Order: sequence, then C-alpha cells, then structure tokens
Amino acid sequence: MSRGYFEDFGGRFVPETLMPALDELEEVYLEMKEDPDFINELKSLLADYSGRPTSLYYAEQLTRHYGGAKIYLKREDLNHTGAHKINNTLGQILLAKKMGKKRIIAETGAGQHGVATATVAARFNLDCEIYMGAEDIERQALNVYKMEMLGAEVIPVTSGTQTLKDATNEAIRDWVTNVEDTHYIIGSVVGPHPYPEMVRDFQRIIGDETKKQIKEKEGRLPDYILACVGGGSNAMGIFYPFVEDQEVNLIGIEASGKGIESGEHAATLSAGRVGVLHGSKSYLLQDDDGQVIPAYSISAGLDYPGVGPEHSYLKSIKRVDYQSATDLEAVAAFKLLSEKEGIIPALESSHALSYLEKLAPKLGEDQIIVVNLSGRGDKDINNFKKIREAEKDE
Amino acid sequence: MNKISAQFKDKKPLVTYISGGDPSLELTEKLIYRLQDEGVDIIELGIPFSDPLADGPVIQEASQRALKGGTTLKKLIAKVNQIQDKVEVPLVLMGYYNSVLNYGEEKFARELAEAGISGVIIPDLPVDEKAELSKYLAEYGVSQIMLVTPNTSEKRLEEITAKSSGFLYCVAHLGTTGDDQQGVYPKLESYLDRVRKTAGELPLGLGFGIDGPEKVKQIIDYPDGIIIGSALIKAIQAGNTEAEMLANAGDFVSSIKKAINEEI
Repeated sequence: MSRGYFEDFGGRFVPETLMPALDELEEVYLEMKEDPDFINELKSLLADYSGRPTSLYYAEQLTRHYGGAKIYLKREDLNHTGAHKINNTLGQILLAKKMGKKRIIAETGAGQHGVATATVAARFNLDCEIYMGAEDIERQALNVYKMEMLGAEVIPVTSGTQTLKDATNEAIRDWVTNVEDTHYIIGSVVGPHPYPEMVRDFQRIIGDETKKQIKEKEGRLPDYILACVGGGSNAMGIFYPFVEDQEVNLIGIEASGKGIESGEHAATLSAGRVGVLHGSKSYLLQDDDGQVIPAYSISAGLDYPGVGPEHSYLKSIKRVDYQSATDLEAVAAFKLLSEKEGIIPALESSHALSYLEKLAPKLGEDQIIVVNLSGRGDKDINNFKKIREAEKDE
Repeated sequence: MNKISAQFKDKKPLVTYISGGDPSLELTEKLIYRLQDEGVDIIELGIPFSDPLADGPVIQEASQRALKGGTTLKKLIAKVNQIQDKVEVPLVLMGYYNSVLNYGEEKFARELAEAGISGVIIPDLPVDEKAELSKYLAEYGVSQIMLVTPNTSEKRLEEITAKSSGFLYCVAHLGTTGDDQQGVYPKLESYLDRVRKTAGELPLGLGFGIDGPEKVKQIIDYPDGIIIGSALIKAIQAGNTEAEMLANAGDFVSSIKKAINEEI
C-alpha cells in the first residue's frame, strides 16, 4: 500500500509546494504520538481545559418515547466550545508549537471548527486566521462573533459557492503561499495525508471513552453506534475503536437535505462517485465533467461535497452502513431531543438522532444504541427560529 | 526530438497560458492563432475546474467563465482535435487531476495524442502519487511536464526530473498563480542552479508571478524559458470586444518577446 492510503482512498493530491510541510507534519506527528510528554500534555488539556471525559448519558425519556432499544448519548456537546472539534485542535496546536510555526489558519463551515481553532490559538498565543464562506458567515453569525472575540481574524470567502468547500480552497491557497511559518489546522478527517489519519487519531478518544463507559454501565459493547457524517471526524472518532468489534453495527448518517432525488443534498457516500478534492481521493459529489457539485444541507457543518477517505474505505469493505437524513427529519429530531431530554443538539448531530426513529422501535429492550451527540445547538437557534416561522406561514 | 523541448533549442521560448473556453471555445481558437502569429512558442490551455486550488483569482475567474460558457474537457479536446492542422506550436493541457480521473486516464492520454496535443501539466498530481496517468502518457507519446518549487528537496527533485519530459516547470515562488505581490524572487539564481544540476539536459521553464516586460528583464538570464498566464489573461480581459481582446493579447505578447530578445 502506498503511504497515506486506506486501500484505494486517500493520498496527497496537492501542489508540490506543500510536500515539505506534509512530510514535516507527518514526521513530527509520528514522533509525538509516542512521546510521553506530548501524550501527557494533551491528556491534561483535554481533561482540565476541555472537560473530558465527556459523559455517556442514558437517555431514558428518549428510550421510552421510541419504546425499543436503550439509547445512550455520547455527550461531545459538553466539551469546551460546544463540540468534538476541540479534541483535534488541541492536538494540532501542540504540533504547531513543536514545529515552531507562528501562524495558524483554518477553514470552517458551521463555525464550530473555527471557534475551536481560535480558542486554542488564543490559549497558545499564535496568530490565527479563519477562512469562512460568505454565505456561512451569514448563517452562523454567533460563531463569527466568538472567533473575533477570541482574537482571530475571520476572512470571508466569496469565490465559488461561498461555503465550506471554497473556504477550504482558500485555506490551502494561503498555506501554499505561507507554508514556511504557518500551520493549517484542518478540521475534519479530510485533506492530504497525514491529516485524515492524524485527525482520526485525535478524535478516537470519543470512541475509546465510549467503549470504557458502556462496559462500566452495561457490561458489554453496544449493538449500534450512530454518528452524522459531513467530512466525518466525529464519526471516525467514535467508530474507529469499534471497527474490529464485528458485533457492533456502525451507521453513519449523511445529510440528504431536501432529498437525494431533489439534487439538493450532501450525501456524498450515498450519491457520489470516486474523485479527488482537497488533496485526497474519496467519494465526491461531481457532475459528468468532473466538476464538483455544491452540497446542500440545512446544517452548515454537513454541507460538504467530499468525505474523509477512510469513510470511503469503510464503505467499500461494508464495515459501516451509510444512511442519510433530510433537513425535515433532522429538525424533527432537534425538537424532540430538546423537549424530551432538555438537551438542544446541533443540527449536525440531529441528523444522527433522527435515525433513531427508524432503528430504535424495531429493536428489543435488551439492545443498546449509542448516538454521538457531536455538538450543542445554541448556534442553530436563529436558524431554527426561521424554520418555525416558515412552518407557521405554510 | 520531443516537440516541446525542441522549442528550447537556440532560444528562450515564451510559454503562455490561457483557460480553455474562456469565455468560449471559439475565442480560444482565435487566441491560439493570434498567440502563435505573435511568436509564442508553446501554448498551454487550462482545463476549467470548479476548485482550482493552485490558482490565484485571475485564473479562478477565467475557469469560472469557461464553465459558465459550457466548456467541458470533452469539448476542449474535440476543439483542439478539429483545429490541429492549423496549429504549429506545441499545445499543452494544464488542469487538475480530478478532471483526468473522471475522464479516464487511458482515454485522456489517447485522445490527447489523437488531437495532436504535445504535453500535460497536472499541478495537484505529485510524482509519487498512485496514478496510472504517467504510464498512459508515455505509451501515447504525450509529455508529462512536472513542477518543482523552491522548497523541493533534492530527493524529490531527482524523482521529478526523472519523470518529467518536454521541460521542467519551475515554480518561481511559494504561492498560487498570478501572485505578483512578492516582487523580485528571492534567490532565483541559486534555486535554478540547484535544479539545473539535477535536471541536466531537461530545459527549465520559469513561471508564477511573471507579470510583465520589466519582470521578464529581471529574470530572463536564469531560466531556459518563461511561462506567463495571469498577466496575459488580465490583458485580454481589459478588452471590451473580441477584436480588442485579440489585439491586447497580441500587444502583450510582443512586449514580452521584445523584453526577452533585448536581454538575450
């Protein structure tokens, strides 16, 4: 197998300028991964700064509502900055310091990764610029304020579709130009090698904790794990430690927006073809000419036309079952969790939650489902208000 | 002798880039004739792509105009095939790997050869990446022009020069196409000296950020040829009518040719 591949997926399809930086990153990462000081520093930041371990919560009301399997929620929403994204940015900022970089750049869609990056850049006193699609800046105003409050500069991206895909293009262009003093903190399990593998390793703490916690609570592994998939970092994080446990069914839920048949969706694995975007070979939403088709989802964190290469691999070996949920299904799940459990989930995570309706009632009371609640929904309240108003108008 | 490297014999060739189908393949055809009449030695045609991450704003916009006009890789190859007898200078396609992968690597190489296209440049396909393209290009006799950058290591330089044919595309600075903010390139002479030691007989083309005759005069001593894209596109775009666009292209090229010849 070539370096940086998950069988046929992955690689490093980037301009030559970035090769030395990717080599350096890979080298430093592999070294630090085994370094006790690095491991301890990261561990203590995750514990004391971010509040890990996050709890594995038995959602009794939701379980009763569906009347089937026992439902647990992995509470990544309880992390500092409100989502799983900080697991990765803490890891990468330590690497950036190690490499002596002075400046941090990142792309962001929903703004969660941007906030998590601005946060660690503030904490470690590095300059920080965040690329964000002009349309997303509009949709996620609260997160823009947060990033600015944290001292980061938010750069609006007006090229292409003005969303996450284009913000990623701009971040890569910036990195090509400033590669000598800048580290690019990619927010998901996408991009050129070593990013998909490295980000997965920083996120696998979600799955490692879940495994330990479910054994303590139930004395066994769960029957199902559900996670939403945009780029796929929260899903890779919770799935990865269970990949070898064949008795655990892993289900990734993509955003099918207004329905796959409508053409307005972000269901890359369900409806895409293999291609190359942002440095790796993976499933991709593209037209007959190989042009990337803009993705659509109500959730800004999922509307990405690509997906992490390891997900493409897990699909190809049929280890993970990839399903999808529409905007409306996600919104219904968003309301339901808020009402039943007093937890307002992110619209991204609501896609995973929505699949419970199809799955939980079919299963017996002795079965266990874990849902990765990847983030909290405060950022989506305005968006949700708009949906409510639109519903009333109809 | 390779049709592309032959252009480097006894002169420092001017290589120009335009986006294929910007804003129509009809204008591209006329520009090709105009450029060769003005003395351009090699013409690069960009394959329009939705996400051109090695390109600055000028080529991004050119690519968008081409896509808006309905240009596809298939139509671009067909156009070149149709006009090949009227084109004397070598043509090179430059584009992103997804376009090629989607088209089919074998089919791409075969149809390029049939269309009389001499070479290919794929900036996001590094030398050590898993791809079948090099094999097929070699099989059909199409040159693969590879890129090196000022920060390319010796080891990679060896691999890249061993696989590159036609010429070696030396990226002048760290950055995207059309970025002229960095002024005079630092350490250009030592960079190209270092590359030449490894590249041997393979000619060195220098590109990225060469924005006009003044810059050409400053750098022409070092490379074997120069590549200009964004600055030419800017000049063309300054025209309001097709006639003005063609005239601007001609004027720009002749100013560059003049600068090259004065300095040699």
